[in-house]
Amino acid sequence: MDKPFAITLDPGSSLANKTGAWRTLRPLYVDRLPPCNHACPAGENIQGWLFHAESGDYEQAWRVLVEDNPLPAIMGRVCYHPCETSCNRGQLDEAVGINSVERFLGDEAIKRGWAFVPPSAESGKRVLVVGAGPSGLSAAYHLRRLGHAVTIKEAGPLAGGMMRFGIPKYRLPRDVLDAEVARIVAMGVKLEVNAKVANIADTMAAGGFDAAFLAVGAHIGKRAFIPAGEAARILDAVSVLRDMEGEEKPLLGRRVVVYGGGNTALDVARTAKRMGATEAIIVYRRTREKMPAHESELQEALEEGVLVKWLTTIRKVTDGGSLIVEKMVLDAKGFPQPTGETEELQADSLVLALGQDVDLALLEGVPGLEVKDGVVQVRANMMTGAPGIFAGGDMVPSERTVTVAVGHGKKAARHIDAWLNGTTYSPRPKHELAGIDKMNTWYYADAPKTVRPQIELARRTDTFDEVVHGLDETNALFEARRCLSCGNCFECDNCYGVCPDNAVIKLGPGKRFEFNLDYCKGCGICVSECPCGAIKMVPEPT
Amino acid sequence: MDQPQTIKYYQTGTFTVGNRLLSEDQRSVQSGMERTNSLNSGHRACQGCGEALGARYAIDAAMRATGNKVICVNATGCLEVFSTPYPETSWQVPWIHSLFGNAAAVASGVAAAQRALGRDDVRVIAQGGDGGTTDIGFGCLSGMFERNDDVLYICYDNEAYMNTGVQRSSATPPAARTATTPALGPEPGNVFGTGKNVPLIAMAHRIPYVATASVANLRDLEAKVTRAMQIRGARYLHIFVPCPLGWGSASEDTIRLARLAVESGLYPLFEARHGKVTSRTTIRRPVPVTDYLKLQKRFAHLFGKAPDTVRIAQIQRMADQNIADFGLIE
Repeated sequence: MDKPFAITLDPGSSLANKTGAWRTLRPLYVDRLPPCNHACPAGENIQGWLFHAESGDYEQAWRVLVEDNPLPAIMGRVCYHPCETSCNRGQLDEAVGINSVERFLGDEAIKRGWAFVPPSAESGKRVLVVGAGPSGLSAAYHLRRLGHAVTIKEAGPLAGGMMRFGIPKYRLPRDVLDAEVARIVAMGVKLEVNAKVANIADTMAAGGFDAAFLAVGAHIGKRAFIPAGEAARILDAVSVLRDMEGEEKPLLGRRVVVYGGGNTALDVARTAKRMGATEAIIVYRRTREKMPAHESELQEALEEGVLVKWLTTIRKVTDGGSLIVEKMVLDAKGFPQPTGETEELQADSLVLALGQDVDLALLEGVPGLEVKDGVVQVRANMMTGAPGIFAGGDMVPSERTVTVAVGHGKKAARHIDAWLNGTTYSPRPKHELAGIDKMNTWYYADAPKTVRPQIELARRTDTFDEVVHGLDETNALFEARRCLSCGNCFECDNCYGVCPDNAVIKLGPGKRFEFNLDYCKGCGICVSECPCGAIKMVPEPT
Repeated sequence: MDQPQTIKYYQTGTFTVGNRLLSEDQRSVQSGMERTNSLNSGHRACQGCGEALGARYAIDAAMRATGNKVICVNATGCLEVFSTPYPETSWQVPWIHSLFGNAAAVASGVAAAQRALGRDDVRVIAQGGDGGTTDIGFGCLSGMFERNDDVLYICYDNEAYMNTGVQRSSATPPAARTATTPALGPEPGNVFGTGKNVPLIAMAHRIPYVATASVANLRDLEAKVTRAMQIRGARYLHIFVPCPLGWGSASEDTIRLARLAVESGLYPLFEARHGKVTSRTTIRRPVPVTDYLKLQKRFAHLFGKAPDTVRIAQIQRMADQNIADFGLIE
């Protein structure tokens, strides 16, 4: 071959030079567990559904969401969103409004009539669910998706459990609840209302059920001994809230005192205001810091004019209907101690919100069942001591929130399914947590949280209209896009762009990236510049 | 000036290389699967080379801006040595190398040849490191400016002669130790108070376009290259490219260092037309210079058990002066 003057070698490309041989560490794409997902009691794949919401594909977002939780419109209203508390973005500006986006997706689904996909095959197994509250509905939904024939027996006249008979309308409109229940029923779940199960063993035998999930809520208000005269009007909080759903509303009077410090106490006090009480006073034995109620609810209640007497206990109710209350002090351990200093408080009624118990009568005579502190003991697989009988929600030891109950339902459904198949369910090992130390937050644009509008205060206390409004399509999209996608690639192209060796291969939309190890020198820039911490360096295999 | 912040509300679309949610016209050249990869894989630059990144960023952007009609003239230096050991090359563009000092002159000649051929669609870029630009090739460069030849000259500034074992150049910052150059005075590194700022010298030539850029700010860099290719006449682009080997920094910190240089104020990003500054990129999250200095062994003598607070304060003053001069904080 004739070569130009002074040329002796054929020209070539540097591609012949496999510089990957220099490497001692190699990058590896990973998925880490976002803190929101980690914190969700219902086990929602939050980052996963926000990913679709970010692109405006709300239906796909909703479908990913309901793989774990069939009640997003309800969640978006009543969940105390531990996801937002743990959100990494909270360390930059403010947490992503996950709960607002969830509500938006839930409302869109109702508006657009998105339905669940019925199971493709029937398993031939029959499962009884006792109680149509959040836990029972969640279990029924997941069991149905797995192909089992599910019957829910609900003692009350309508489905919803505590969501209907414990949560006031201004927090959860009943049409939203009805819509999400109807969608579960439409999947082929059989719902029987006014069907109290008196004895679980008999009911299972009579119906030919292969397994049962018990999710009876804690509907019995705890009483405290308060000396009271004949005329004293003492009610319990759950009864008050339950009666709000009936024809005859409870009579509370103009001056209502609520005794307790949980969310239920606040619900009752806010309800009393809406019923026309001029004064709703919460009497709580400890301080604001010790109050078990959630801060957002307390804040809303205070805005509505609910008064709180901190460090106060009720000693007795006089014949005239007034209360004798005593000041308390916290001791070194944080327990309230009496001071002997009392005062008189006028009240037309006293509502006790001191916690709730579960009616466990249906379990009588079932061998192997263990009841402790008023709740049923379950194993790690949610099964009680009686084979085939599982339990969850308020009737097992745990925090009593709607989201926890929904999580129990899902978890129990998976174990029930395994049990019916004669196997055991073992969850996939969890990914490593995506802490903010794994991320490069420089890349995220500054974007303050979108706050959900509320109805004006003047109207709030005399109507049961919903207090908090939802986001609309534009600001829901904005909020979804504030997600940092912690630990999971969102295809920002940074690794592809910052590699000095063109050793990152872009596979196209939705397909993420690969490393070309022929040329990757292992510099690690892709790892340190990955915004969301979805790459790590690992030792080169030897 | 296209501030990248105009892309709003797209999670990270503002600052990342791309984003699946952005429309085509909002994406960077580097995010595209069809980018030229002007400087291809297999080049022999060190792990985490900032110059390799800067060169690909700039030439890929120029290729897109000109419809792939670019001729590159390369001065001697790291970029030439690691990319083109005879007989192989990493360059996927027409590319010519002559000497250390004459890249600007050769580029002027290539531009003249294009004119003689009646071609006004083929554009010429000359490129070199800070040694080949601020020292050895400076006379040719100044001549190219003075004649207003239709060339974009790009300087990849890694602040020393890295190819020959880390010697000081006139772009080496004060107090930075270099491996093979004796200190000017009792302490390591260059003295304070002098040094050569070629972007400002280029502005003094009143050429049509002068800009500074950084590998940490890709969208800004691409916008500047694109704008430079829309202008005829002599143009100068100075790109800040950290060097892990010469600076004694971790290979994964290359872009972080470039970012800290900008965010501390030590390396101001601006554009100038005909000798006047027309825009600057403001600092987003200000940092003290120590954040930048501490990641580099070439400044390690300033820290240790008894930090050299006097010199650190002097460097901080340089940064503060830049912030004031260019209005880097709003």
